Amino acid sequence: MKISREDVLRVAELAHLGLSPEEVETYRNQLDRILSYIDKLNELDITNVEPMAQVTYTSTAETSSHPELREDVLRPCNVADPVLAAAPDAAKPFFRVPKVIDR
Amino acid sequence: MSATTNWTIPSVRAALAAKKISARELAKEFYGRIDGRNSELNTYLTLSPERAYAQADRVDAIIARGESLPPLAGVPIAIKDVISTEGIRTTCGSKILENYIPPYDATAVERLDKAGAVFLGKTNCDEFAMGGSNENSAYGPVRNPVAPDRVPGGSSGGSAAAVAAGLAVAALGTDTGGSIRQPGSFCGVPGLMPTYGRVSRYGLVAFASSLDKIGPLTTNVADAAAVLSAIAGHDENDSTSAPIPVANYAAEIAAPVKGLRIGVPEDYFGAGLDPEVRANVESGIALLEGLGCKRVPLRMPHTDYAIATYYILATAEASSNLARYDGVRYGLRVPGATLTEMYRQTRVRGFGAEVKCRIMLGTYALSAGYYDAYYLRAQRVRTLIGRDFHEAFEKVDAIVTPTAPTPAFHLGEKTSDPLTMYLADIYTVTGSLAGVPGISVPCDKTKAGLPVGMQVFGAHFREGLVLQIARALEQARGSAN
Repeated sequence: MKISREDVLRVAELAHLGLSPEEVETYRNQLDRILSYIDKLNELDITNVEPMAQVTYTSTAETSSHPELREDVLRPCNVADPVLAAAPDAAKPFFRVPKVIDR
Repeated sequence: MSATTNWTIPSVRAALAAKKISARELAKEFYGRIDGRNSELNTYLTLSPERAYAQADRVDAIIARGESLPPLAGVPIAIKDVISTEGIRTTCGSKILENYIPPYDATAVERLDKAGAVFLGKTNCDEFAMGGSNENSAYGPVRNPVAPDRVPGGSSGGSAAAVAAGLAVAALGTDTGGSIRQPGSFCGVPGLMPTYGRVSRYGLVAFASSLDKIGPLTTNVADAAAVLSAIAGHDENDSTSAPIPVANYAAEIAAPVKGLRIGVPEDYFGAGLDPEVRANVESGIALLEGLGCKRVPLRMPHTDYAIATYYILATAEASSNLARYDGVRYGLRVPGATLTEMYRQTRVRGFGAEVKCRIMLGTYALSAGYYDAYYLRAQRVRTLIGRDFHEAFEKVDAIVTPTAPTPAFHLGEKTSDPLTMYLADIYTVTGSLAGVPGISVPCDKTKAGLPVGMQVFGAHFREGLVLQIARALEQARGSAN
């Protein structure tokens, strides 16, 4: 068994998912199977292999790309009204949430 | 269903220019078709007639003034529901965004609008594009128009089915691990995943940011080239969009394929490949050889590790991207006594089972003590998979494989276990990880009449070549039949 009930509860806490007891068991089973499959990555020798976080184009001869930095200039961004209109509970210019001070 | 014209982008253009039909009448015809079949197929989640008719009227006014038509004038298009559309509900196939109306257009959508397209509505998909059958949609599965007891593939199942059923001339899909190509294969239409960075992701609701791409599903390859021409190119709102000029795809696809070296990796033809799919793809390769392409056997030795790599990296990125759905700024809020309780209840009730499974997996892979063993290791294996492609493209111009190991499977056939569903992505996730362009083009059909797609990969930014080979196969098949 790769993953315990306690592991699932710990991950659910990190992910802010209030799982039901049945869901905890479902995901324990599913994650266990998936992680067992993923173990096949341990077959490979990855010594001296750099991690790839993003596709880079330098590996192909004919293309090259550099993250383009734009000028740092102020631009108007009057989006407060449409953004707040989509909120479940807004009191312009704020989003309202349950009280957090006591926590 | 009434007898219908099989519209293409050029035939729409010709009919409008000859005043055989107006853009408004054409939009109306498509809404009539949708009316007739959507309750059966469940392809569209939201229709946007107000915007569609306004766009159509704009095109009709251009015609009335005798001005030249923009490239996609009057073309009725469907948009996958993970792509933001101003004023049109965008649910991502999730209950958590059931009533979400974006205040802006994605860049790809804005570019289609400028090109004169008419937006019919938003298409069904697996929740947050997570799935390979469209059965993870909170709004019910899509049925495959070719065989309604089967899935259309996923996650862009609604887009593929809409095009295949004649409910749109073209559609936008998104592809993270195969989500354009696999439904294209299952529904029998071409589906193109562009190079990572070729099409701006601005306004695409993020699933896995290092893997997500927007691309077209169309009834024919030339139309895919036309849609790509409209949406490709650098965008200052997406720093990962490439500042590389957009090629002239229409010209590139017309070139003969004689002399091109077609790599056939044996790693994509091993155990698990359906014999009929294998035979169909082999006959497709033979057609290309008949046109003068040279077949080159290849090894891509890390292919077998791609699914494990993909499902660590994609879920890790998803767990981070989906942290934003917390009931504060948009979407569903389930009340709770404390802020944390509100987060926990909103997320557990708003997300579906597969999305929660992936968030859990990704969170686990990124958590203290497991980061090196899973996430970092997967990133290193991603480098090895990228090298397989890089080395292959030193020997060949393109790589040809099956798109999926099987034709469309039955509804419910793979829903009991996520891993079984993941394994169906075996041939598509490799190219996703490498960031190269890939297309699925209809190859042939099984004895039962189910479509089979052939996948063509090219080197980064060689969409033109990929489309050219797909077009050649399409035409060779057309003349063979």
